[in-house]
Amino acid sequence: MSDLIITGGTVLTTDGPIRTDLRITDDRVSEIGQGLEASNVIDANEAWVGPGLVDMHSHLRDPGQDWKEDIATGTGAAAVGGYTAVLAMPNTIPVVDNAQIALYVSERGRRVGSADVYPSGCLTMGGDGERMAHIDEMWDAGVRVFTDDGTSVESAAVLRLAMEYIANLGGLVAQHAVDGAMSAHGYMHEGSVSSRLGMHGIPSEAEEIVISRDLALVRLTGVSYHVQHLSSMVGVGLIRQAKADGLPVTAEVTPHHLVFDHTDVASTDADFKMMPPLRSAEDRDALVLGLQDGTIDIVATDHAPHAPREKEVPFEHAPNGVIGLEWAASVTNSVIGDDQVRFFAALSSSPARIAQITDHGHAITIGSTANLVVFDPTERWTPTDSVSRSRNAPYFGRELIGRVRATVRAGQLTHGSTA
Amino acid sequence: MNAEDLGRVATRIAHEIAERNHGLKNVVLLGIPTRGVPFADRIAVALTDIADQPLTAGSIDIGMYRDDIDTRPRTRLGPTNIPEDLDGKTVVLADDVLFTGRTIRAALDALADLGRPSAVQLAVVIDRGHRELPIRADFVGKNIPTSTSERVSVRFLGVDDEEGVWIGEGASP
Amino acid sequence: MNHLLTTEGLSREVLEGLLTDAQEFAEVLERPIPKVPALRGRTVATMFFEPSTRTKMSFDKAAKALSADTVAFSASTSSLSKGESLKDTALTVHAMGIDLMIVRHGATGAPWRLAEWLDIPIVNAGDGAHQHPTQALLDCLTITQRFGSLEGLKIAIVGDIRHSRVARSDMFAMSTLGADVTLVGPPTLLPVHMDGWPARTSTDLDAAIEDADVVYLLRVQTERGGGSVFPSLPEYTKRYGMTNDRFSRLKAKAVVLHPGPMNRGVEISHDVADDERALVLQQVSNGVAARMAVLFALLGGDSDV
Repeated sequence: MSDLIITGGTVLTTDGPIRTDLRITDDRVSEIGQGLEASNVIDANEAWVGPGLVDMHSHLRDPGQDWKEDIATGTGAAAVGGYTAVLAMPNTIPVVDNAQIALYVSERGRRVGSADVYPSGCLTMGGDGERMAHIDEMWDAGVRVFTDDGTSVESAAVLRLAMEYIANLGGLVAQHAVDGAMSAHGYMHEGSVSSRLGMHGIPSEAEEIVISRDLALVRLTGVSYHVQHLSSMVGVGLIRQAKADGLPVTAEVTPHHLVFDHTDVASTDADFKMMPPLRSAEDRDALVLGLQDGTIDIVATDHAPHAPREKEVPFEHAPNGVIGLEWAASVTNSVIGDDQVRFFAALSSSPARIAQITDHGHAITIGSTANLVVFDPTERWTPTDSVSRSRNAPYFGRELIGRVRATVRAGQLTHGSTA
Repeated sequence: MNAEDLGRVATRIAHEIAERNHGLKNVVLLGIPTRGVPFADRIAVALTDIADQPLTAGSIDIGMYRDDIDTRPRTRLGPTNIPEDLDGKTVVLADDVLFTGRTIRAALDALADLGRPSAVQLAVVIDRGHRELPIRADFVGKNIPTSTSERVSVRFLGVDDEEGVWIGEGASP
Repeated sequence: MNHLLTTEGLSREVLEGLLTDAQEFAEVLERPIPKVPALRGRTVATMFFEPSTRTKMSFDKAAKALSADTVAFSASTSSLSKGESLKDTALTVHAMGIDLMIVRHGATGAPWRLAEWLDIPIVNAGDGAHQHPTQALLDCLTITQRFGSLEGLKIAIVGDIRHSRVARSDMFAMSTLGADVTLVGPPTLLPVHMDGWPARTSTDLDAAIEDADVVYLLRVQTERGGGSVFPSLPEYTKRYGMTNDRFSRLKAKAVVLHPGPMNRGVEISHDVADDERALVLQQVSNGVAARMAVLFALLGGDSDV
């Protein structure tokens, strides 16, 4: 098989960004240097070249809800968005609470995926928040991240036990930090917009309460703890303090929480409905600041496909979630600014480290697996469609800055083309 | 026509109405908004002098009865004030310009919903021709032959800031 | 005006225009033949995804008094239970040849979505706890008939403000028309964030009614009951009900309005409900006239009103 070279890019190496060409032979990076030649060429044309992106929060809906998405279509969207690896959330049908389903997800990913698929597992059986899931056998099947995403584990006692168990294994507890009772019947952020719309709200305190409690349990158990889809200013403040206190805590923010706020919900377009909800502009600004100053470690998509029919209903009746794999890099780029190192930290190396995905997220060196992305941080473009099976995105018709030119997974192009 | 001419028209038509309807006991005068109303008021003043008894004009709006609401911009509904029971009365409708006849057709429909007059007569300031329905005026201030593209505008103080009749080219009123 | 979805942002000119027309239609309704041919040949659909016999009857009567044909869709006879999306339902009904849709839905914003999906006028007949603009129009018409206008009137809206589309609609319309609006209720039934609302709030009904010209009582949703958002119904009545004693302390010319159906003995006493200064039935009559004005404005030709 002939080699593939990427020319004219700024390559993120272990020595930092360097303007150079690189050669890929089979599934490895084989040469880094100037003036390389081959028949298959990707002209990066001053764009960034770095490790393939890693999403720590994808709902691939497989098994069980293939009318929304499946592993083939979901990883197809991931490839378009520059991702070479995704962490699949376990709230499928059936849920991933045992090794068999976890193995199905990783095996299916190997067969049909355009990106490497890593299963996460539930903390509790069926995600019921009561009985501990088959954490041990899932660990042996390769699961490293445990979460009941979609719901918060309501019982502090149950969560404490799961944390103790997972801490001993060396895994990660990831929390959907939205208090169930405080968010019951709520559809959007509780604030001036919800009051005006007469819509039941979900106060920021719903997030604050769960994170505060969980931090106490982290102190108790010593487990590595990750807050999913952080949404509020007060939440950012708690994480900042926890890190200052030296706790093993990390946090993610979604692309949509970085650019939208609750005033976008005033249209009652269900493509702005998700959990946690879009909060105030003040919250959004705090999230952006938190990402810039490192309080928030990563951007994770919370890619949550729903069929058009499910979203073409009144806001209150629509399911939560929006898709985002294809645009997260662009959104992150526009928020972070012109900073290649920080960009790849937020989207690749940090999520890979936190989720213990060892084959991805490394600066490029000779001999490493060729999981790469070519990203042009300057191109302005306006998305109009998606390759996901669903279309529930708030980005259509809005200009974004920065675009994925090509994605290479294990030496193979999964998005883009050679000249 | 200037303001003085308009005044003379109202007075002359008042005399014609009095002559046609011996005694004015059964006459009810109704102006069609907007400018049929001040015209009816002028006639009512003149009739009060002639008959030596107070006579007030009412109004009948045709906005709810038009057959062209799809094709024309709608104006606000005007007032409908019917001063007395119309059954058995002679109603004199007053309007500014008689053109296609559709306004009067609508007014007749409106009248039918409000009572059963024994007779309906029509007084207009200007008859400009181009009828689209078999309707004619009983009392006419002035016949003015026009082309359909001309614009005939009758203005009354109180509604407008000047009084008289203007004819010009332009969109139909 | 292409749709009537909310009273928020409606100009004073538009509101006054609708009220003027509504008054004309109120007089039409007094006639021996209370019907005009204005909308002959038009078909309006009432789309009620939430049961409301009274509002539906009122719109139906309004459409018929304008000689429009009416067709009715109600959720109980619908295919919603078969999983059809709101959009598909709307497109299906629209394809039957509908000129205007009147939409009542339990969820906020449903009429907005229909207005986006369809190219016909949409009238919001109540969406969630959000808006019920024709209720505001009929209330303002009723007050205008009594006081000549709303300019300078002190109006207290009392009860479950947080969950009331009537309160939201009335507040915006009344304040645009020049009234001074105070929203009164227990703290658990007042909205949490009210940035920019053209109204004051109070938890003290006795203070609020001292100089009120209009006291607007909202229906207590008795199914909410006591023990959750307020301690009990008797406690509610004691602090927020229009009792005979409170009624006697109103200004002599003050009136009481209620959107119905009333809970006699809860938010309004039996005697007050039957008093000449409780304009509840007049509100109901005016509902037909106000809705005629809305249908006429939206279907009566090109119009900037």
